Amino acid sequence: MKAADVELSTRHSEAVVNRKHKRVSRVMWRDFIWAYLMIAPLMLGLLIFYIWPVFQTFYFSFTTWGDFGTYQWSGLNNYQQLLHDPDLLGALTNTLIYTVLAVPGSIAVSIVVAVLLNQKIRGVGLYRTLFFLPAVTMPAAIAMVWKWLYNGDYGLINYILSLVHIHGPRWISDPHLALYSLILVAIWGSIGSNMVLFLAGLQSISSVYYEAAALDGANRFQTFFRITLPLLSPTIFFQTVVSMISAFQMFDLLFLMFEGSSNLVVNSTQTVVYLFYENAFQLNNKGYAAAIAVLLFVIILGVTIVQFQLQKRWVHYA
Amino acid sequence: MNMQKSVARRSFLPASWPIHGCLVLGSCLFVVPFLWMILTSIKTLGESTLVPPVIFPAVPQWSNYSEVFNTLPFVTYYINTILMTAGRTIGQLLLCSLAAYAFARIEFPGRNVLFILMLSVLMVPSYVVLLPQYIIMKDLGWINTLQALIVPGLFSAFGTFLLRQFFLTLPRELDEAAKLDGANHFQIYWSVILPLAKPALIALAIFVCLWSWNDLLWPLVVTDSPDKMTLSVGLAMLQGEHLTDFPILMAGAVLASWPMLAMFIFWQRHFIEGIAITGTKG
Repeated sequence: MKAADVELSTRHSEAVVNRKHKRVSRVMWRDFIWAYLMIAPLMLGLLIFYIWPVFQTFYFSFTTWGDFGTYQWSGLNNYQQLLHDPDLLGALTNTLIYTVLAVPGSIAVSIVVAVLLNQKIRGVGLYRTLFFLPAVTMPAAIAMVWKWLYNGDYGLINYILSLVHIHGPRWISDPHLALYSLILVAIWGSIGSNMVLFLAGLQSISSVYYEAAALDGANRFQTFFRITLPLLSPTIFFQTVVSMISAFQMFDLLFLMFEGSSNLVVNSTQTVVYLFYENAFQLNNKGYAAAIAVLLFVIILGVTIVQFQLQKRWVHYA
Repeated sequence: MNMQKSVARRSFLPASWPIHGCLVLGSCLFVVPFLWMILTSIKTLGESTLVPPVIFPAVPQWSNYSEVFNTLPFVTYYINTILMTAGRTIGQLLLCSLAAYAFARIEFPGRNVLFILMLSVLMVPSYVVLLPQYIIMKDLGWINTLQALIVPGLFSAFGTFLLRQFFLTLPRELDEAAKLDGANHFQIYWSVILPLAKPALIALAIFVCLWSWNDLLWPLVVTDSPDKMTLSVGLAMLQGEHLTDFPILMAGAVLASWPMLAMFIFWQRHFIEGIAITGTKG
């Protein structure tokens, strides 16, 4: 009698477990359907407009384009052409000079500004706002304003230089100088957003370190180089990687500043993405443009990987 | 006493006036170009080329602004830019937050694969996909349409990743409570998660707004008829028309950039926090 009771109750509880299990799985199915429904629009868009196009660009880089959007397979032709293209060599050199000067330049200045603004002084908010203005201004407009400031005859900069008896150069029409003038504008334009990120980084450094340094009698410069910089290095690393990736893709400022300039100036300033744009949309060398895009992609990927390798040597994660 | 000394030492420079000196000088470098843009935009061509330059025009030439509207259809550019910016921003907020919710809150088969696939998109520079995107637009017959300006900008791996990271920080108990009340996932997403995620949503909205408003390359590629161009492309056109007439070019630059500058002045805190959260520049 008793044994039968126990058996019955066991069976009963098994049935409950079974039913529960079924219910859970039905709920789970409902979860899956919700998840797929919520993700589908984004994933479809990414597939169509981003993921598939990567493979297409790669494929196009092995094709030659004719009129009316027809193209045919041409093997490694485009890549062989890349090797012997003086324009590409020039564009790569320009892009490299631009990246190597603009990125560290902007980061160094931004750190100094951030350290200055990280003091308990009055008006920090106002300064921060002013430094930030270029970050919200259309690059096309920035290019126009600086083209005017740089103007050789009537520009404000050369007028100010003439006040101290310096004969100002032709900032943007001198092929030897144009790229460097562009770099200055790029640094000017990126200080605002870099500074905000470094300020956030500085504020997360615990004051304990500074107190300990003060007890040890460290001076200001020792404190800056031994404490602030190492503890800021994760932010510096992140910003360097991100800024380099975008510096390699420089286009907007350049396009507005030098479109319609003399050939010499264009050649001495054009970047790889500019060359890509020219080939893809003005000269209808779409296959060649695709090869340029692939090459730059590989370069960016390589530089980023190297940076991640090197970070072990100088980035300190607290 | 030691304590006091250490507190005093904490700031990197002691007296504040040399810092103010540097900062005021630095600020001038940032303010003067903008002032000069505005001042030049109301000068006559003759006044703008005087040496030494005059700071203020004798009579403000507001006609430079009407000249911009007369040369090019700037009203149309405004409408197109506003529609493009609004469309991309609203679309991205919706699509990214929906996907981010699923990634952060629901366990489903294939979640990791899809997430990694999405992350891989983050590593693709925009110009790498530009050519195929353009060809898709052309095949769809979308060149010179508003769809072309908006649709490819609706899907963002970055936005989804950002929101997903934020959603992960929200306490799970809230979902569980809502679930016990019989809410389905869309209801939890809409009435529990979204209201709590406001800071991240605002940051993403600002980021997308800035990026769209200032975008040059894509509108340049998919539009060649003036009635679908945006302000950034319009500026390039203006430069083609008035090569060295800088007062008119500056009026164009003011017209194209003031809306974002005004938004920034009004919502500074959100803009700066937004940049700090999103971590990248437009």
